Amino acid sequence: MDKPQAIIIGAGFTGCALAHDLALRNFAVTVVERGELTSGTSGRTHGLLHSGGRYCVNDQEAAIECIDENILLRKITKQCIEFNGGLFIALTDADEAYADTFAAGAEACHIPIERLTAAETLRLEPAVNPNVRLSFRVPDGAFDPLRLALAFAATAAKNGAKFYAYTQAENLIRDGQGNVTGVEVWDRTTGKHYSLRGDIVINATGAWAGEVAKMAGLHVAVVPTPGVMVAYNARLIQRVINRLAPPGDGDIIIPQRRMMCIGTTSFEVADIDYIPVFDDQVEWMHRSAIELVPGVQQTRERGAWMSARPLVGRAEKGRSMSRTFVAIDHKETDGIGGLVTITGGKATTCRGMAEKTADTVCKNLGLNIPCQTKEIPLESYRAFYRYSQESRP
Amino acid sequence: MSEKWNITLIITRKKGDETPHTQAFPIEVDPDEYVLDGVERVWAFHDRSLTFRHACHHSTCGACGMRVNGVEKLTCITTIRSVTQNGGTLRIEPLRNFPVISDLVVDMGAMYLRLDAAHFSQVAPLPDTGLPFEDDPATEDPQFERLVDCIECGCCISACPIATTTSTYMGPAVLAAIEHRYRETSDISLLNLADGEDGVWRCHSAFECSAVCPSNVDPGWRIMNLRRKVIGHRVRRFFGIQTQEKVLR
Repeated sequence: MDKPQAIIIGAGFTGCALAHDLALRNFAVTVVERGELTSGTSGRTHGLLHSGGRYCVNDQEAAIECIDENILLRKITKQCIEFNGGLFIALTDADEAYADTFAAGAEACHIPIERLTAAETLRLEPAVNPNVRLSFRVPDGAFDPLRLALAFAATAAKNGAKFYAYTQAENLIRDGQGNVTGVEVWDRTTGKHYSLRGDIVINATGAWAGEVAKMAGLHVAVVPTPGVMVAYNARLIQRVINRLAPPGDGDIIIPQRRMMCIGTTSFEVADIDYIPVFDDQVEWMHRSAIELVPGVQQTRERGAWMSARPLVGRAEKGRSMSRTFVAIDHKETDGIGGLVTITGGKATTCRGMAEKTADTVCKNLGLNIPCQTKEIPLESYRAFYRYSQESRP
Repeated sequence: MSEKWNITLIITRKKGDETPHTQAFPIEVDPDEYVLDGVERVWAFHDRSLTFRHACHHSTCGACGMRVNGVEKLTCITTIRSVTQNGGTLRIEPLRNFPVISDLVVDMGAMYLRLDAAHFSQVAPLPDTGLPFEDDPATEDPQFERLVDCIECGCCISACPIATTTSTYMGPAVLAAIEHRYRETSDISLLNLADGEDGVWRCHSAFECSAVCPSNVDPGWRIMNLRRKVIGHRVRRFFGIQTQEKVLR
């Protein structure tokens, strides 16, 4: 029997991890991406490998997903992740009062934590605010975004998946009943337009999922929610420093290479293809960073950038929305065959999102093939360039 | 946007088999934005056919290396203010010494595969991550690891006058990676890998690589250091001296 043909639109974390999952389930996979791999939202993450601590009080579903995937990623790909752990630091009475709630939440989500006194905290991380009252140690990490996605893509390519970068999905091809049967694309490296046909098309475009769904006359409730991040030219900490408080703006500093990155804000915009960096938000991040690590004041800005997260779920706005993801089979929700949409989520959980989406794809096609991505170590990210030498159609 | 400048981006274009040519895009920018933001503005508001590599926008992924007014720059951390003036122009070209796929996009596959052959690891124990002559107390604690300085952006290979003469030369990024890996592992097969006409001996010590490196790697110094290690190894081998070095593969 011929392999089922899957076309994935979007090569962010989700698209790359899904290509890997479906290739292992013996699909013939083609991925089209309008830019370079991870050039949309995924690449612009600040690179925090979540322990789940951030969500363990307000969004335990997301927290459990995070810690489970954090442990799995340690097993399947070490090549581009700093596993130095993280701290949640309390700076005020309110933070201190939150400690027991946090500890109970972490326990409920099986996140391993350790409570440290102020002196112990400063011994571990001398650069944090000396007014620290107490802290919790958590298994956070920091990753390189492009390389993490490339590791998934490399393994997918080794198993036959084809990746066409700089290839924009322009329209969904539909049959007489409105079912999706392929994608019309524009190869931006040559200017050629052509069609790809498949048994299933997966819309893995994250913050752009609403726009792609619209091509099939469908509505997907995703709210692109940009945030600003700022990078500094020195590394004063080894561990991720989080504020011990309910999730807010500018409350995480992530060390990475020789830098530190602070994030982030949360607002909504109409056009997400170009989001300018707003000076007032950069200023605000700078003040927040100094509060967590006062030495930031003596460092210089190395970069400032915006990234549009795809938030899905409840109808409230911004931060209060769940960070978990949805995999929508449009046959079930809208009576349109051949199209599945995956959006939401976060980098830490990309493998899990891919697993659930691939399950949805298999169910849509009446197939029963188990997921294998939990056990298989990923190829070197550089091997992507060995396995993806495939000529373009 | 606080301050506004009007500048012209002169971008090298090429699609398919076309001969490369330039196209001018007058745009309005904030001078404190980065050059990559300017290029992305051209794509977003002027010409959706423009192709360029980018991902992280904060100098960790190494995708956005380009030649800006003739000099290799990591465009995501190069402010517009630092390379032009109000009313000025920015000539944006793809990196040299790599095959051009389209517009500003080059094929960096060969460099990546050479780095892989050197078993260069992106994550290293903290004491091994800096340059040995740096006095950085933060690098003393061996319990941590971090992503290394080299982000594999290819700026050094583009700037290298010798890489222009032959595509078989390993190039500064790869030789620097071998030097780094050798200091981490003492694996003498790395010295053998670098000891050849396409390795450490082809370098003419122009140090253009170190001049353009946006990430503190200092490939020029590393190539010179690797030569010392290669010569030391040859001398010891000549006199049959046992060393503490090991062969890992």
